[in-house]
Amino acid sequence: MSWLLPHGASTFVGEIDWLYYLILWITGIAFVLVEVLLVWFMIRYRARPGRKATYYHGNTRFEIIWTSVTAVVVVIIGVLSAGRWNRIKGRDMVPPNATPIVIHAKQFEWLVTYPGADGALGSADDFQVRSQLHLVVGQPVSVLLTSEDAIHSFFIPAFRIKQDAVPGMNIRVWFQPTEVGEYELGCAELCGLGHYRMRATVTVHSREDFDRWARDRAALSVNK
Amino acid sequence: MATTIGHVDEVTLGGAEVHADTRSFVRKYVFSTDHKIIGIQFLIMSLIFLLLGGVLAMVIRWQLGFPKQPMPLGGVLPETMAPGGVVLPEFYNSLVTMHGTFMVFFAIMPLLVGVFGNYLIPLKIGAPDMAFPRINMASFWIAVPAGFLMLAGFFVEGGHAAAGWTSYAPLSERSDLSGVSMGQILWCISLIVLGLSSILGSFNYITTIINMRAPGMWWFRLPLSIWSLFVTAILVLLAMPILSGAIIMLLFDQTIGTHFFGPAQGGQPLLWQHLFWFFGHPEVYILILPAMGMASDIIANGARKPVFGYTSMVLAILGIGVLGWGVWGHHMFMSGMNPTLGTSFMISTMLIAVPSAIKVFNWLGTMWMGNIRFHVPMLHAIAFVSMFTIGGLSGIFMAATPVDIYIHDTYFIVAHLHYVLFGGSLFAIFAAVTFWYPKMFGRMMSPFWGRVHFFLTFIFYNLVFFPMHNLGLHGHMRRIYDPTQYDFLKPVQPINELISISAFLLFATQLIFATNFIVSWFKGAKAPENPWEDNGLEWTVPSPPPHGNFVSVPHVYRAPYEYSSPFVTEDFLPQNRELPEGVPSAAPHS
Amino acid sequence: MRQVLIGGMLLTVAACGGGGEKAGSDTATPAGAAPAAGAAPTAMAGGSVTGHVKFDGAAPANPTIDMSEEAACKGKYTGPALDPVVMVTNGMLGNVVLYVKSGLPAGQTYPVPSEPVVIDQRGCLYHPRALAIMAGQKLEIKNSDPVLHNIKALPTKNRPFNISQPTEGMTTTRTFTTPEDNVPVECNVHGWMHSNIIVLPHPFFAVSGEDGSFTIKGLPAGTYEIEARHAKLGTKTMSVTVPADGAATADFTFAATGT
Repeated sequence: MSWLLPHGASTFVGEIDWLYYLILWITGIAFVLVEVLLVWFMIRYRARPGRKATYYHGNTRFEIIWTSVTAVVVVIIGVLSAGRWNRIKGRDMVPPNATPIVIHAKQFEWLVTYPGADGALGSADDFQVRSQLHLVVGQPVSVLLTSEDAIHSFFIPAFRIKQDAVPGMNIRVWFQPTEVGEYELGCAELCGLGHYRMRATVTVHSREDFDRWARDRAALSVNK
Repeated sequence: MATTIGHVDEVTLGGAEVHADTRSFVRKYVFSTDHKIIGIQFLIMSLIFLLLGGVLAMVIRWQLGFPKQPMPLGGVLPETMAPGGVVLPEFYNSLVTMHGTFMVFFAIMPLLVGVFGNYLIPLKIGAPDMAFPRINMASFWIAVPAGFLMLAGFFVEGGHAAAGWTSYAPLSERSDLSGVSMGQILWCISLIVLGLSSILGSFNYITTIINMRAPGMWWFRLPLSIWSLFVTAILVLLAMPILSGAIIMLLFDQTIGTHFFGPAQGGQPLLWQHLFWFFGHPEVYILILPAMGMASDIIANGARKPVFGYTSMVLAILGIGVLGWGVWGHHMFMSGMNPTLGTSFMISTMLIAVPSAIKVFNWLGTMWMGNIRFHVPMLHAIAFVSMFTIGGLSGIFMAATPVDIYIHDTYFIVAHLHYVLFGGSLFAIFAAVTFWYPKMFGRMMSPFWGRVHFFLTFIFYNLVFFPMHNLGLHGHMRRIYDPTQYDFLKPVQPINELISISAFLLFATQLIFATNFIVSWFKGAKAPENPWEDNGLEWTVPSPPPHGNFVSVPHVYRAPYEYSSPFVTEDFLPQNRELPEGVPSAAPHS
Repeated sequence: MRQVLIGGMLLTVAACGGGGEKAGSDTATPAGAAPAAGAAPTAMAGGSVTGHVKFDGAAPANPTIDMSEEAACKGKYTGPALDPVVMVTNGMLGNVVLYVKSGLPAGQTYPVPSEPVVIDQRGCLYHPRALAIMAGQKLEIKNSDPVLHNIKALPTKNRPFNISQPTEGMTTTRTFTTPEDNVPVECNVHGWMHSNIIVLPHPFFAVSGEDGSFTIKGLPAGTYEIEARHAKLGTKTMSVTVPADGAATADFTFAATGT
């Protein structure tokens, strides 16, 4: 039951996890302050015979202080968020050397098209795989996300990325895995009866392992 | 400042009208134009839907805690829903949809606005009834068929709506994608009808508050419950038509071949989201503002102290009402809309945290240096403050767009919304029902069972919803029928079990409240005129008040929360109590 | 009061419109086509058509299915899973649907067979891959895999359905009310799963087994056009005369189509 984030394995982890922990500290302090004061007031100012409450309507100076502090704190959080958001989601922030892939979301699978050996999409050596994402460690990948039918959402918790796939829209999402391993992708937007099962395996390989997998897989005559 | 009173003179002055009530049973209790009866009618209807929404939640929690296990009593459900008592994924999607729909539209909103708006406004401003009593009656009786329509969806082929209470297109408009056709249509029609009911109610409230305040009831002498209901009514009037418009477009897409939201023919799925959330965000303020207002009334009463910073509290209500229109995009950060919009909505969302924070500090300030009576309404109101604080703070995480990338559409959001809607609104509703029950029914609810219900609810409620933050942080998505399908979620499945068991206990505890409510109606201790020693005008008339409320038009001399005033010996001072010549009505204050 | 009545009527109307389709008891339909000109269903006669479906030439390689995303199904195969589009064993062709295309007396109706046609989801494939069923006959859909399958049928003349079967061993029943030439069936969780169903107005059909053999039973004496249909290889027809209470034979041969 931890407030710690699970282990992450992409370059976005640094950006997002740091901001999360900052907000956790700030809201944690606010939470403790409010609840402690609440409980203390309940005990200290409980009704007892012979007591009367203090006839007091408020204190404008206190109000201005705590309102300003709140406003400043949220503005700071906002400023810290804005830069990070732009670095992650900014449409012109996709690294130029990112491997292009297409992910076409459809009830209830993720159809991933790889560019093949030539590294370019739209060529004859492209191949498509169902619900398996294979990546090279340290290599950014730029995904063109599309949808066949309903709105789906491309979510890889370990990489801290999420992006809705909307029919009729071509949406770009990029990320860079940092560790070899097996991860999972889940759909994060209700899309029908199979929504809960719309998962994909995400495998981050070394460059050699990926090349070997891609070669073998492209050669397979696969039922579409 | 004189206020126009209009026909009030004929109804309440002279007393003859108040006593000679020759209405038939049906005109008095069924098709009544009396705001108090209409408020109680909404109360009964809403409590039934609250119970129903809770039952649906129990089925959801069964499936989440014990995936694919046959549910106890599940055998009563048909094969299309739960063959062999095992919930099907299609039915599960309907359950989450209808739980949200019932709770938002048929429980919380009518409880806050339909019940307390109706019951409290005329009484607390010193009016004999609403400005438009017959329209008020229509407002309730239009809500009733809306309720039946919404219930009907369970009985049609294809089952009930299953695209979430947010009904995103294209899933909601294409039966080939959702498997649902008639259910989704009934959902749409029901909400259009309910919207009409809400709109009729809201302009009644606005007109009444503007025009029918008793002499001396200046704007800045209105109790915060009335301020919040006033702003809420304006939000309802402006927001519900947007929802109705969006739903009509959806309905046309579903039935007559338009393509507002269908991309293949040039429509835009994101248009639905913009329209829905442009309504939806003001809607959530509709769901919290009256709770905040009533909590303020009750906390001042319990603390025997004026509300700290009354003027700021009013400004905060207005601020929330206004700013609430500019934040809808924060529900759409991941939607595929231009990321620049994400930044602008993030800014407006951060700003709206400020008025809510002001209110929390002022509630604390009200209790500070008070002389606190822990009656049952006060217990719930204090819980409201503490739980709403958690809900508000968790909102900051999702307002920060980069963090929202991770927690959007996870259980962190579910935790947040339940902390503000249950921890916030529902605890305030428990407080308000208990507080105004004596005025409504002339009897007191059992304080002992009220405390038992409060403590058990508080404990189980936190056991259910607090761990959902952790589930969300682990990456647990929303609306998934079987989390164990994911390896990364298997380790947190025990948390789902804990939540489910606590939820069953939480639901069982509500039976205590239901029993207390029903039994006290017949057997509760007879209520005096002012059992809570409160300052509001409603406590200056009998419990329950007669038709027409006031024998003569009350005159108001002071602000609403003059507790522990140095000018009288009692620790409360009703708004309409006239003090001897030379004695100030209240101390001058900021 | 008026509103209560209207509400009650609305509720009743809504409930009647479909009445919550139950798996085992669908909207009640008369067996086969509605009796035309008041003809009563005839009892089944004793004639039959038996035979084999052969495959000429080398069997084309069936496509491989990459089931890596579904470990529970992948584990049921030693080696790569193949999609048995063209199921050839020792020169015999399975998964061919054979049925009476014409020759039955017009307006004649037949009793709907009481035993259901079973389609099983096993190893993330439909077994059989092609089927025939009579309008009004029960289609029993089984899930023999420990994973979620949904079965989505997309007919145009019948009511489409899309149902989920999340647990192993689940069985759901559906019925088609109207004859239809081709009802495609698919699973959306495993997009390679496809099947085709032909809905016939009579019970005279069969699907060839792995050994290519088939039998169409209960035919009255007469001359019929029998059609053999394969999803990829096309159709072949043959005229067959069935003696009263006797057996007729018919063999079909398919060959690889040029790709």
